[in-house]
Amino acid sequence: MAKILKKEQWSDTIFSMLIDAKDVAKAAKPGQFIILIPKEHGERIPLTIADSDADEGWVQIVFQVVGKSTLELSRMNESEELFSFVGPLGMPSEVEKFDGKVVMVGGGIGIAPIHPIAKKLKEMGNHVISIIGAKTADLLIMEDKLKEASTELLIATDDGSKGKKGFVNLVLEELLATEGDNIKMIWAIGPPIMMKACVESAKKFNAPIIVSLNPIMVDGTGMCGACRVTVGGKTKFACVDGPEFNGAEVDFDELMARQRQYAELERKALELYKSKEGIA
Amino acid sequence: MAERLRPAEKFKRDRVPMKEQDPKERIKNFDEVPFGYSFEEAIKEAQRCLQCNPAPCVEGCPADVHVPQFIDKILDEDVEAAFREIKITNALPAVCGRVCPQEEQCEGACVMNKKGKPIAIGRLERFVADWAREKGITDEDVRAEKTNKKVAIVGSGPAGLACAADLAKLGYDVTIFEALHKPGGVLVYGIPEFRLPKAIVQYEVDQIKKLGVKILTDYVIGYIKTVDELVEEYDAVFLANGAGAPSFLGIPGENLNGVYSASEFLTRSNLMRAFDFPNYDTPINVGKRVVVIGGGNVAMDAVRTAKRLGAEEAIIVYRRSRAEMPARAEEIEHAEAEGIRFELLTNPVRVIGDENGNVKGLECVRMELGEPDESGRRRPVPIEGSNFVMDVDNVIIAIGQNANPIVARSATGVETNKWGYFIADEETGKTTHPKVWAGGDIVTGAATVILAVGAGKKAAKSIHETLSKA
Repeated sequence: MAKILKKEQWSDTIFSMLIDAKDVAKAAKPGQFIILIPKEHGERIPLTIADSDADEGWVQIVFQVVGKSTLELSRMNESEELFSFVGPLGMPSEVEKFDGKVVMVGGGIGIAPIHPIAKKLKEMGNHVISIIGAKTADLLIMEDKLKEASTELLIATDDGSKGKKGFVNLVLEELLATEGDNIKMIWAIGPPIMMKACVESAKKFNAPIIVSLNPIMVDGTGMCGACRVTVGGKTKFACVDGPEFNGAEVDFDELMARQRQYAELERKALELYKSKEGIA
Repeated sequence: MAERLRPAEKFKRDRVPMKEQDPKERIKNFDEVPFGYSFEEAIKEAQRCLQCNPAPCVEGCPADVHVPQFIDKILDEDVEAAFREIKITNALPAVCGRVCPQEEQCEGACVMNKKGKPIAIGRLERFVADWAREKGITDEDVRAEKTNKKVAIVGSGPAGLACAADLAKLGYDVTIFEALHKPGGVLVYGIPEFRLPKAIVQYEVDQIKKLGVKILTDYVIGYIKTVDELVEEYDAVFLANGAGAPSFLGIPGENLNGVYSASEFLTRSNLMRAFDFPNYDTPINVGKRVVVIGGGNVAMDAVRTAKRLGAEEAIIVYRRSRAEMPARAEEIEHAEAEGIRFELLTNPVRVIGDENGNVKGLECVRMELGEPDESGRRRPVPIEGSNFVMDVDNVIIAIGQNANPIVARSATGVETNKWGYFIADEETGKTTHPKVWAGGDIVTGAATVILAVGAGKKAAKSIHETLSKA
């Protein structure tokens, strides 16, 4: 059982937790994820690792409350134990020393998973430009940590309350226009619609782009196939073949349709939980 | 002491039937279908046993259960002694008594087949195991002196559990690493509650833990630790991680919403208890008409689960005829009694979706049987122009498994065949690495629980032989 060591609320709906998981922290590499079950009746929730410390033995998760399970998780407190916590899972990011600049694009809570990759890339001596974005300044997370993990940090908000007004892919496109071939790799992590927009932008400049996919998952070890995605016309399992894929080859429309498949049931479960718990 | 009958009297007796839930009722619940024998019924069935010596039934059992001996103890009306007799060789009698293909194993070899029906060995084994559990009879501590040797087992399914139990009894320090949050492997994620209640699996797992076996759940070998690391830390490693990577058909539309692999569908319902949504958080979508593609036991489990989850019509689509279906006869009969429709000699061609990406139909083609193929079965051939569309809400694909690559890619020097399964000696489980054994579905491909138990036991024997020489 994994204990919640530290809990922070970063906005109305965004939370960070440090989980006591020594073995996971020791094995975790950038790009990998964990699956947790908050309480016994809960479902398996995959979350990308935001940070980890092998010496101190913790793993950081960042999540946004969207349904019953994440709401229940957000209501758990420090020193409580999660029913289940398994990881690290998935293939690690393929990080290397690039002969040029690397761009990390993080949108919403997708900023969290770009952090360990950016950190590692910078440690390896890369020039890392991070572009982080959110709907509004209040929802912008981990700005300081990303500043530290990057050579340059650029910000975009949909409402212009901080940094550039607009989507992160606009900033990405401007960067590609000025830097050109000097950009050797792009990572984009966030909501599928954001990753899809970044892929379109990268394609305009023939720039290579990696995305990290977050489809619905059950076991997370390749056993069930719930997380299948079409990449380059072939079916791949995000849990064992990914979660990172060549963005140019991903069928985002299929991914988004598959993510919505339990929307109705999830809404019912959330309403029921709220009425049981007396949450408005 | 029950009366011992003379052979002539034994031959006159019919096999004692097992009572089961009415099909009309059971399709509305997940309770177990057969009720099991009462004490009186067990005695009556046990009285038919010829007590052969040597006994072909034991030869037919991969777990070498001492069949005539345990049946004789039932006749002594000493069920506890019968339980101990079974437990000498089989750590999972309540499981095996329920899900073994007895007709091909012990019962298939029974001499009584020549004179009528075989002894209901599986039902008697189940009776003994259930009786012991209800009476709170637990295993005697039969552990040998500690050897100070450590064995790591990857996977807590039937192969891993059987190997662990035998090694623990021999005095080894055994640790099982399980990827999921509950031990039992396919017994908990794959086999439905109505065929194998999870509480029974848990009970038998707890008995094995009492032998000193440690089970670390949420521990995925290949990620958190490699097999190479286990080889460093332990005296022997047994890989029993199961097949566990679903096969898909490769037809258009397979990624539409509403298409499941049988593994996903059954894992959601069994392990994650989606049948009890929203009391349990894991959802499952079951529409009015559900098609399951395949003819094996997993297909039967999936189609019967779909029916219980509210499908008005649950249909099996299988490309050969009923005679070639790999599922156990009993499972097919149970499915038929529950109103499952069988579309035989039918093959899916394409899954059809609506504008939202949800399944709305399945295009199939009728088949006929041609010449035998390399498996010896007649090859199904499509009948040109026979295509038709079924209106369906779900398609569940139960056509088998591929080898899961996670464990293998972290195991240096353990060779796999071209399909990714570990190469292991059939009799010993030895792989190409001197400290690594393997058994169960990750060697044979998807097979039965009892074959996995047998492989676990063979590996335990071989590991003991190797380590006691070292």
